[in-house]
Formats: sequence, structure tokens, C-alpha cells
Amino acid sequence: MTGIISYGAYIPYWRLQRSTLAAALGSKGAKGARAVASFDEDTTSMGVEASRIALRGVSETYSPQSLWFATTEPGYLDKTNANAIHAALSLNTSVNAFDCLGSVRSGIAAMHAAACGNSMAVLSDIRTGLPGGNDESMGGDGAASFCFGSENVIAELLSTGTSTSEFVDRWRIPGEKASKQWEERFGEYAYAPLVAVAFNEALEKANLTAADVSHSIFSGLHTRAVKAAPQSCGINLDTLRDDFAATLGNSGTAHWGVMLANVLDTARPNEVIAIVVLADGVNVILLRTTEALVAHQKQQDNSLTVQAQIAAGRNDLSYAQFLTWRGFLHREPPRRPEPDRPAGPPSLRTAAWKYGLYGSRDESGFIYLPPSRVSLQSGSIDNMEMVRMADIRATIATYTVDHLAFSMSPPVVAAVIDFDGGGRFQCELTDVDPATVKIGDRVEMSFRRLYTQDGIHNYFWKAKPVRTGVK
Amino acid sequence: MASHGIRDKVAIIGMGCTNFGEHWNKSTDDLLIDSSSAALANAGITLDDVDAFWLGTMGSGLSGLTLSRPLKIQHKPVTHVENYCATGSEAFRNACYAVASGAYDIVMAIGVEKLKDSGYSGLVVSAPAGDGTQATVTAPASFSLLAPAYANKYGVDEAELKDVLTRIAWKNHRNGALNSRAQFKKEVSKETIAASPLIAGQLGIFDCSGVSDGSAAAIIVRVEDAHKYTDRPIYVKALSFVAGPAAGPIDPSYDYTTFDEVVHSATDAYKQAGITDPRAELAMAEVHDCFTPTELVLMEDLGFAERGTAWKEVLAGTYDLDGELPVNPDGGLKSFGHPIGASGLRMLFECWTQLRGEAGARQIPGVGQKDSVKTKALTHNLGGAPGACVSFVSVVGSKLD
Repeated sequence: MTGIISYGAYIPYWRLQRSTLAAALGSKGAKGARAVASFDEDTTSMGVEASRIALRGVSETYSPQSLWFATTEPGYLDKTNANAIHAALSLNTSVNAFDCLGSVRSGIAAMHAAACGNSMAVLSDIRTGLPGGNDESMGGDGAASFCFGSENVIAELLSTGTSTSEFVDRWRIPGEKASKQWEERFGEYAYAPLVAVAFNEALEKANLTAADVSHSIFSGLHTRAVKAAPQSCGINLDTLRDDFAATLGNSGTAHWGVMLANVLDTARPNEVIAIVVLADGVNVILLRTTEALVAHQKQQDNSLTVQAQIAAGRNDLSYAQFLTWRGFLHREPPRRPEPDRPAGPPSLRTAAWKYGLYGSRDESGFIYLPPSRVSLQSGSIDNMEMVRMADIRATIATYTVDHLAFSMSPPVVAAVIDFDGGGRFQCELTDVDPATVKIGDRVEMSFRRLYTQDGIHNYFWKAKPVRTGVK
Repeated sequence: MASHGIRDKVAIIGMGCTNFGEHWNKSTDDLLIDSSSAALANAGITLDDVDAFWLGTMGSGLSGLTLSRPLKIQHKPVTHVENYCATGSEAFRNACYAVASGAYDIVMAIGVEKLKDSGYSGLVVSAPAGDGTQATVTAPASFSLLAPAYANKYGVDEAELKDVLTRIAWKNHRNGALNSRAQFKKEVSKETIAASPLIAGQLGIFDCSGVSDGSAAAIIVRVEDAHKYTDRPIYVKALSFVAGPAAGPIDPSYDYTTFDEVVHSATDAYKQAGITDPRAELAMAEVHDCFTPTELVLMEDLGFAERGTAWKEVLAGTYDLDGELPVNPDGGLKSFGHPIGASGLRMLFECWTQLRGEAGARQIPGVGQKDSVKTKALTHNLGGAPGACVSFVSVVGSKLD
């Protein structure tokens, strides 16, 4: 039996209230809020965060054959984005890392590929549009990650269905900041016949009927077509699960992954989950939960469920800040030099540190961050073992708020943190309110894109407050 | 560790120091020409008399050519020295050793920095190519970590500590108001200092040293030759420079209330100079007040106050110009700004001036006279950040022991 053995969704901390957006532009405001990736996040870093949550739920011996990363908003072209995720997760070099880029449909490709080979599918997206447009307001940012395997499966892959059709509904030339959409009624017309074809194919293969479905997930960027789809599938509308339009917005490639994670957070064993994705055709995935899901839910950290992450979000992001973070508003920088680009050779030499957050531990147990070859006390050389710090929590020893340092979102909050079990590290805090930081606060590590210089993204770790969320 | 020192082996016979400030009309070359000319004139010698040169600058030039080109030095050894914010002191230290070794008769230590041409706020240091994981905090942010740690350890409340830091800035500006060479030559009220906009942590703009250009130079000879040039040479009693393992930022036992490197260099310097009670024996001290909490912590690290008491001493006026041990009588980095390569020699210039009784309106009472009891002065430089710095301490005196 092949299927999902673990999963994780990552919802960024920040929310933009649609009312503030409407107030700024004098437009009619929609209700609710959208999730916003911070200035130091991109699809790669969010993919890492979702995958770290997913990997908490697998045994230490689990090693995927491959990691498949899907997004419409890649950090790089030409260079494989999945490699930074691979490195941040400290996966073995023998594990493949591949990108499926450009279209919302590529998330399905990642899922198919991962399911075939006991691999990971990482779906991540940052969605916005031109100021005042529907995509800006109704889009959302987020990521989801799924580990596939054949042991301790929590959701068995029953079948898939597909229908592919070429038509012009939504498009974007590479490099453009916003996509365009044809008249909405045309897309609705084009999608309508494709939905039932794909859905029935999947049902037939699994020897099921629409009535067997317990949870249904409909996702796609074409809101009207998605809304009409359940009826053409003949599905009981009570099985429709939260699409987070009111709380997070539509996270494109990642959206059905986030919805699925939310369903798995509370589903019971032996329930059929139908996933229907409308993206340049229709793709259907049918899953059935297993008894193993119960144990998986029990061991899961309550603060990492989709609902808990929604509840822990911060609701007061200003529209000006949002525009700045997404590159639509160029603001006066501090009178300080821009940071240096991270250099290739040093970044390769220190990859275990830079991406995996490995320190070194000497014979006395002292932990060095970054890794050191020489022991502070004994002076012995190369008598160290490497130790991964990324998943260890820490306490703020002291901190400062730096109004002078270069940042896309000043001020910089810098802290000295002491890890549980040893190791001190000076780093930036993120997703934090400078006014409420205190010595003794608990923090955990988060993989971030610190800045971009000369076209090179500087990925590294920051600390963020531990948020317990809802129990 | 052996550290024998060179007490009373070499002497300063002349010094020069430019005005510090925004020298829009002067280049690095101009500043070097001005300070070296002043030092040579002060010693009553010419450039041809100087056998070798030590040039301290962190970012205003590379190699000895930075000095030999503008001065048209004719084929003599010129050494370029860099050691963070202790760069000027390091040039002086190595120049002294060259004379003490007997290799040369007359040498010049000169420091310069041209900071105002960069166009940026604060200090800008270019780093070697790296992996992008180094902390990006600025100097004020690094040093601001001292304030809450100190307050927390010694039970000083936040408002009280702010008063202490404000008084340090107020005192240094008050001294600087009496100094024609200072960048800021006027007193600043405590209200203005306390209300200045925050730069990092608790530190306002007035808790930070300024950004300026400047240069200073010293001429050094063997002690036995000193009186050929001046009746009142200043003798080098101690020179100590320390670099540590920079473990503060990685060692959970470091508590951000002290500079271990300063303690080590002060201990070494006092031993070299034969000083057992620095607070009682020193006539004055020039210390590295890059930010106000730095000066506070230095008072304890240099042995001018018991641990946990410097804040009270500051409030009591112990380190005022007319206090028990005047600290930064020339106005310090606070009034002069911090042109890196020049600062250490600028501090030494104040010792030279005070110990010879030439400080005019800011002359410390009872210092610099023939019958003065206190005849020794200290300079202190540090470079880097709390927990990871280099430290320099010198002691000079107007009398041979």
C-alpha cells in the first residue's frame, strides 16, 4: 500500500485584512484576510518550513527517494530551487531534488511523482496581483509538504483521474508580477465538461461512487469554475471542506495541499478524501485514511495544525508594508551599504551550517555555532562531531533593536539565543514585535531568505517566538 | 606567558594632531601631511631625520605607500598596520618596539582615517567574501547589548541606567567643549541627550560616538636620546595588546557585562608599568567610549571601580574633569568622533598635552606641574564587539621610575 505517511502545512505569520486594502485604495472591500509571506520568506523557505513539519511525523530512518518542489513563483530559474530545501532538511546527497515550475498544475505533477517513488512533494506559492486587483485581495501565501511511503501510511492513494485541455484562461509571461485572466464566464465554460470526466475516471478506478466521499477538496484559481465543480461531480455538498477564502486566500499551487493538511488534521480512519484541482484541465486524487492516522494525529504538535497556525497569525499588517514586501512600493533605504552577496565557494564549504544549521560539539560537550575545528578549552583540533540545531528550541539571553542596520523591513531585531542543551548563537529574530521581546523568551528556528544581492538569494536561519497556538 | 614590557626604554618627543571633524576640503593625504608636519615641528626635527614609519589606517588606504606617496618619503620602511578600532594604538606599539630593539633611532607612528567620504551613516567595513551567515547587526546594536545585561546583573532599573549613560555622554561633551580640536565643541544638556532618537536598543544618537575624519602622529626615540629634543619627553611605561578567542557570541557563560580582553590587557599593562592601584595612581585616562555603555563597563574592566559599582561612580562624578580620576578629559570619541586609525594616537596626544601641562582650559588640576604627584596617564582602545574584541592599553608618564 502506497500513500501519504506524513504531512505538514506552513501558514506564514502575517495577515492582510481586506478591509485595510480597500481603505487604502478606496475600493469596495471584500471580507476576511489573506495570508502574507514575510519580507524574508519565499516559496523555497516556506517549502522548507512545511517540510520540517512533515518530517517531524516520520521515523528518523525515513529517507525519500526524491524531493519534488512545485511553485509558480520560484526563487530561481536555471538553478534548481529544490536543492536549497534538500540542503535545509539535511537530506542525503543520494536523494534527488527536482523542480516542477511555472503553473499551478505543476503541484499535481509533484504529487504524482512523489507517490510513485516513496518521495516528498513540496508545494509552495506566493500569490498576488496588481494593486486593487482580485488576485491581490483573494490570493494567499503558504506551503504544504507530503511524505509518501509504503509503511505506516496514514492516507492511502486510491486512484487518480485527469482531463487535459488547452485553452486561454489565465496566463503570465515569465518575469511579470501579475497574471492575467480571460473573461470569467469563458473559463467557467471551458472547465465545466472536464470536471466530471476526471472525477468519474478516478471513482471508477477506485471502484467507488460519489456517495463514498467523506471529505472533498476543490481547488483552483478560477473561483466560479471551482464553485460549480462539486455539483457536476454529484458530490454531497456537506463534504466540502474549508477553502480558507475568508482566512488565508488562495495559495495557488499549494492551496489544495493546505486544504488536505487541514482535513488530515481531524479526519478519522477509513474516510475517502477527494481532491479536485482545476488548473489547465482537471486532476483528481482519491485517498482513503487509515487506522495509522489516529496515532499520527496524537503525536502531532497541536501548534502545527492548520487551524492553530491560522489562529496564531498576526492581523495588523499594513497595506503599505504588504506592497513593500512584494516589491510594488520602493521605499527610501537607510543610509547604509547594502549587504554583500553570499559568495559561492564559502557557501559550498559551509553548506551544513548555512542550510542545515549544523554546529560542532567538542569532547567537553561545548557546541560551536558556526562549527569550529578547534576546541576552546583543550585546543584539540578536529575532534568534533556535527550536531543539527535547526529543530532545537532556545531562550533569548539578550537582544537589541537595531534601527541603523540595512533591512527591507526595519528595524532589525537581533538576539543572542542559548539553545536547550548547549550552544549560543547570535541571529535575527523574525515574525516578532520589537516592543514585546523580552530576555528569557522562548524561540525556535525558521529558515528564511535574508536578502537578495546580485541575484543571489541569501538563505539562512532566524529565530522566531514559539507560539503555542490553540490546544 | 612572558610579557616583559619596555618600561622607560622609549620616549615620545613630539606629537601632532589635526582637528577632528567633517573635513570635506581635506583628503587622507592632506590629513597625513598636516599631522606629520605638526609632530615633526613639535619635536624640532625634519622628515629626513625619521628612520622608519608605522601607519595605522583601517580603510583609508593599503600599504606603506598610503604614507610614503603623499609625504614623498625617500625609500624608507613604512609599515601599514590594521587592528580594528585599536589600529592607531597598534601603530604606536610596534613603532615603540622598533626603537626599543635598537633597529632605528627615530621613528614615527601615525594614524589616519577618512570616514566622511563614504556617504553612509555610521561605520562601514567591507568584509571578505563570505557565506552570508554572519550577523548583520551594526556597531551600536552590538554594544547596546551591554546596557540591559549590566542593569539586569546589578539591579539597576532602566531609567536609572539611562541617567548613567546620559551622564557619561554629558561629561564627555562638556570636556569636548573645552577642546578646539574636537568635532563637537559644545556642551549638550542632559535633557537633549536623554531625548535623542533611538539608534539601537536603549542607545540614542547621543550615546554613540560621531563619524569624523582626523589624523594624529607621534615621534619616538630611545629614552637616552629624548632630552636632545625636548625638556619634557613622555616616557612609555606599558604597552599591552590582546586578542581573544572571540567566544562571547558562542559561549553561554558570557554575560555581556565585561570585556575579558580589556581585563587581560589592563592587567598586563599595569604589571609592565608597576601600577598596583590604577584609580589612585593614574592622573587621567583616555578610554574607548565608542558608545556610552562601553565607557561604563570599561571603568570596571580597567580597575577604576569595583564590579557593579561604576554606575554609582559615574553619577557621583568620579570621572569628571575635576573628579578623582578624570576620564576622557579631551572629550573622548564622543566629542571627537572615531576616525579609526587616528583615535589611539589622538588619545595619546591628550596624555602628552595634560602630562606636560599644556591643556589650557581643560588642564586637570594638579597634573602637568613640576611637583605633580600623579604623573602617569592611560590610553585604552578596543575594536570588535562585546565578547569578541581586541583591546589595547598603554601607560605613559612624565617621569622616569
